Amino acid sequence: MSERILEVGNLTVDIPVGNGMLHAVQGVSFHVDKGETLCIVGESGCGKSLTSLAIMDLLPSKAIRNANTLELDGEDILNVPERRMSDIRGNTMGMIFQEPMTSLNPAFTIGNQMVEILKRHRNVSNAEARDRAIYLLEKVGITAAASRLSQYPHQLSGGLRQRVMIAMTLMCGPDLIIADEPTTALDVTIQAQILLLLAELQREFEMGLILITHDLGVVARIADRVAVMYAGEVVEEGTANQVFNRPTHPYTQGLLECIPIPGKTERGKPLGSIPGIVPSLVGRFEACHFADRCPFAMDSCTDGNIALRPANEAGHAYRCLLSPEQCAANAKTKGVA
Amino acid sequence: MLIYAVKRLSVAILVAMTVSLITFSMIYLSGDPAMALAGESASQSDIENIRRVYGYDQPIMVQYFSWLGNALTGNLGHSHYLKTEVSEVIFTRLPVTMTLGACALTFALTLSIPLGVVAAMRPNTLIDRIALTIAVIGQALPSFWFALMMIILFGVTLRWLPITGSDSWMNFIMPSVALGYYITPAVMRLTRAGMLEVLSSDYIRTARAKGLRPSVVLFKHALRNAIIPVVSLAAVQFGFMLGGSIVIETIFAINGLGQLAWESILRADLPMMQAIVLVLSCFYIVLTFLADLLNAFLDPRIRVS
Ligand SMILES: Nc1ncnc2c1ncn2[C@@H]1O[C@H](COP(=O)(O)OP(=O)(O)OP(=O)(O)O)[C@@H](O)[C@H]1O
Ligand SMILES: [Mg+2]
Repeated sequence: MSERILEVGNLTVDIPVGNGMLHAVQGVSFHVDKGETLCIVGESGCGKSLTSLAIMDLLPSKAIRNANTLELDGEDILNVPERRMSDIRGNTMGMIFQEPMTSLNPAFTIGNQMVEILKRHRNVSNAEARDRAIYLLEKVGITAAASRLSQYPHQLSGGLRQRVMIAMTLMCGPDLIIADEPTTALDVTIQAQILLLLAELQREFEMGLILITHDLGVVARIADRVAVMYAGEVVEEGTANQVFNRPTHPYTQGLLECIPIPGKTERGKPLGSIPGIVPSLVGRFEACHFADRCPFAMDSCTDGNIALRPANEAGHAYRCLLSPEQCAANAKTKGVA
Repeated sequence: MLIYAVKRLSVAILVAMTVSLITFSMIYLSGDPAMALAGESASQSDIENIRRVYGYDQPIMVQYFSWLGNALTGNLGHSHYLKTEVSEVIFTRLPVTMTLGACALTFALTLSIPLGVVAAMRPNTLIDRIALTIAVIGQALPSFWFALMMIILFGVTLRWLPITGSDSWMNFIMPSVALGYYITPAVMRLTRAGMLEVLSSDYIRTARAKGLRPSVVLFKHALRNAIIPVVSLAAVQFGFMLGGSIVIETIFAINGLGQLAWESILRADLPMMQAIVLVLSCFYIVLTFLADLLNAFLDPRIRVS
């Protein structure tokens, strides 16, 4: 069995809001192995960012985090002092954010910001740190890397800045990288480039990668495992093959209907849409979260919370009352299986 | 950077020209200067005489340029009252006022910037309120009243500090506090607002995601950005302080430009007044220019285009 990098068990994030408690993340569990890419997909507001911030322990201060397990390289990172956690952040676990335009400090050079992270975690000289920065800038496809070190973020385009962010995150050779929609703010033409670059680096450095993205086409190409989130819960999880070719949860099926995937979606087939809106996550409700938008909803769907259950294949799980066979039949009629 | 500096410099020169024009026209604000000089009992021929001697009979533009030319070469005119060169008097008084201004600004910044940072780190808590209260008191108290209260407490009752004069550094403590306290609220609020904005920015999140020490996140990544607008404000406020020093210097009997200005007003010593206004304005313009340069140094988006 391959080496386990990250283990997340029953993670919850609650945020107090004016009229109660927002249960933004509700019992999310997953794991990432060495050299594995886990893609998290799901619509806006389903809790993907909060999940990743919870792993990094960078949640907004009012948010409340709970979990049964949160382990990185076998070390419990749930109940560690902030001092130890800051030794881990940027070192064994790095994060790339959505907004490359604003994620780098405008007042300092690229070189300064890249050298700084390595010197924080390793006992190296300035020259060694600069050499590594140049090496990594070249790795992420930046030309004239040495001269970039003295440039400021505002002198670079968004795509270049995100490459710099990626290079910076690689400075300490992390075991795990969390990339939260790293290309959403970028020009479409370079979105796929950057995502594929990430996947390539992940393979080369044998890191674990959690990639949050809306680009299902890229997910289909680079993901080892996929977790589909809906309204704070993981509703389906499995290998990329399982989720894309045998989508089981009605939400996953709906999602695949909405988004064309190169090589999978038939030409000329009209794209679907999921009617309705995401339920409010303020206050508890004991029911399937997708029930009021689900074309297959039954009375029993609103009777209580629904547990994640194994599908027919090992490693494939979903959160629905329908049997795997019924789900498979539904997928057939929808044309997404 | 050079283009930026040249631009700011031309603006500064333009402002200086405008100020000089306004300062020059001060002579004519109170009517015919020759008549004012001659006094009430003067005869018409006396007035004509004065007008000719002082050059008031020349066309106004000629007067302005000859005055400006003199000012540029350091000749600021002759004091009607003291019967000496104006520049001589001013340059013995200037260092005193500058010392006072610098001490007051230092006091203001060392009080208000840490207060603003602390308040921003714990917004809407008791600490924030206390910091705000300390700063707001500075604005609510008229500085002359605050100065008098300090004199009563530290000078008269406790006898810790001298009340008047400008001989030792002890003399500068109370005036600097009185003068500097007045500008703390503005600087403190701007620091607080800037820090609040910066602390919630994406690059601070990045800095934390890099595992940087909280002190590095706060002082390197956050304060460096939050301080940029504070620099400009401090320069503007310094200008206010120079004005305020007229009151403070008079209260503490400090031999600076402020007191000289006050005395000259009482003596209707127009050339002296004119020179003081000109010197203070130019000082303020230079300061603003330096603040612009400092801003460019702090903010690479200005420096490197
Ligand atoms: N600081 C906050 N205060 C209050 N509510 C928040 C806060 N941050 C997030 N939320 C709420 O928590 C829920 C989950 O947010 P999250 O940012 O994790 O969504 P997401 O899946 O990343 O969405 P997106 O695809 O738009 O990035 C949302 O309903 C959001 O409104
Ligand atoms: Mg998000």
